Amino acid sequence: MSTEIKAFSATGNQMVAEAMRQAEPDVMAAYPITPQTTIVESFAKFVADGRVHTEYVTVESEHSALSACVGASAAGARVATATASQGLALMWEELHITAGMRLPIVMANANRALAAPINIHCDHSDIMGARDTGWIIMFAETAQEAYDNTVVSFKVAEDARVQLPVLTTLDGFTTSHAMERCEMEDDDTVRAFVGDYVAAHPLLDTDNPVGCGSYALGDCYMKTHLACRRANTGALSVIEEYGKAWEAICGRPFNVVDTWGTEDADYVVVVLGSAAGNARHIARELCAQGRRVGVVRPKVFRPFPAAAVAAACKTAKAVAVMDRSDSIGAAHGPLGAEVISALHEAGLTMPVKNYIFGLGGQDLTNELMTSIFDTLEDVAAGTASPALSYLGFEE
Amino acid sequence: MSQLTEIRWHARAGQGAVTAAKLVADTALMQGAYIQAMPEYGPERNGAPLKAYTRVCSEPIEVHNTITNPAIVIVLDETLLDTVDVTEGLLPGGTVILNSEMSLACARERLGVANDVTVAVVDASKIALETIGRNVPNTPIVGALSKVTGLVPVDAVKQRLTIMFGKKFSQEMIDANLASVDRAYKEVELA
Repeated sequence: MSTEIKAFSATGNQMVAEAMRQAEPDVMAAYPITPQTTIVESFAKFVADGRVHTEYVTVESEHSALSACVGASAAGARVATATASQGLALMWEELHITAGMRLPIVMANANRALAAPINIHCDHSDIMGARDTGWIIMFAETAQEAYDNTVVSFKVAEDARVQLPVLTTLDGFTTSHAMERCEMEDDDTVRAFVGDYVAAHPLLDTDNPVGCGSYALGDCYMKTHLACRRANTGALSVIEEYGKAWEAICGRPFNVVDTWGTEDADYVVVVLGSAAGNARHIARELCAQGRRVGVVRPKVFRPFPAAAVAAACKTAKAVAVMDRSDSIGAAHGPLGAEVISALHEAGLTMPVKNYIFGLGGQDLTNELMTSIFDTLEDVAAGTASPALSYLGFEE
Repeated sequence: MSQLTEIRWHARAGQGAVTAAKLVADTALMQGAYIQAMPEYGPERNGAPLKAYTRVCSEPIEVHNTITNPAIVIVLDETLLDTVDVTEGLLPGGTVILNSEMSLACARERLGVANDVTVAVVDASKIALETIGRNVPNTPIVGALSKVTGLVPVDAVKQRLTIMFGKKFSQEMIDANLASVDRAYKEVELA
């Protein structure tokens, strides 16, 4: 009954803004133009209303927004911001700088398409441009999870074992602008969980001067990258640790890899973000008809939880990987390549069918979702090609 | 067995369909339901045809896509009937609520729906002009929805409307919107 009273309606953007308010960043820099999100708009109102004591810096572009965040974070502040689509693309240079300087900035991204053609609707083209930058990247399925992931993101980013920026993402419009049933913990609970941030080597500590982002030749440059890789890879257990700690507080499950029906599945679909709900919805229907199908949703894309994804696929006769962005010219989309690599490492040799779907907000209908499970049976039987295809456009 | 009701809203940008879709969802949530409400954004310009969606379910809602087989279709602008197939995919025995001054018989003929479909007509634009003072048919049509479908109780709608609008509008404007809900609840005709 208490959960009935706690529940309220909110969009994914509202939920991320609330989580950021509760984490009380010292600084937020943002450039509020389309395609931005209402996250920074809501947050600006929190600041104006005195509900959070954050230095809110309005800058002249998204490039400057993340630049300002870099400066503030290097100075020792807790820093958060949000972006989307072309805005994230314009930040590309700073994405590498943020991770290379090991600055624990938390940035939300409403995953959206990139021009051309002009389109600001949901897909993962923007966020996949950040996959090789060193940032930790999390995908939320729902507005609720966008909130929970954002709370956990601050702990992960600022942990001494990690010290890396985190992109906490939610699907543009599909999750960012859709209103859903949500819950949130009270401010004191979140503040106690997130705690205070004390930077280990702040630029403004004049008694212990440090240099940041300086010039480095090959030897030192490679060492820096290796340290970044180790920190990112090692973050998986830290995410798990804090995710489970948050789960214990809020009672909502937190799994680095979310699985449904995979214990004995013949056919498995791997997908990121909100589309996992569509996949599970159809999987439930098919299981009720006696078919053995499962769904795997990595909540974290960087670091990629390869072993857990492979383990969840191990009973499958065929696997479908659904990519909401393309890596044009490559054999597979970004998620497809990760999953195939993970299966190979685990010694699994079932055929894998990679789909590109939902680009530019293209609807993932129940019929299309069902067709993926149907096609997997043909792929396993050798009567359908496992080659990559654009869902609904090449069958 | 989960009980799912899906509503598709047809309107022109600026008529407040997204707000109405959210008001219905928010009201249903307060009755204990799981909900989803979302707009289908196209090019953002006033007057452009748009769709919005509301899902109300007794169980958590997992799908994130548009509604292609609604049980309820709500049309906020009758000129859309010339250009949009508003009843596309409507479930057998479904309901269509139309904002128009036309008669029920005329509406049924224009919609061309099967006999098992409930058709309801309310002049929500006239009600909005007379109560709110602007042609924003979104809040009155929710009153009509309450009467025709019983999906959400009208008193609960008014309670949530007061809270939702209380953040942005004056008491006078809230009262006008509440009056529009009551009037549409009383004046909607159905067959």
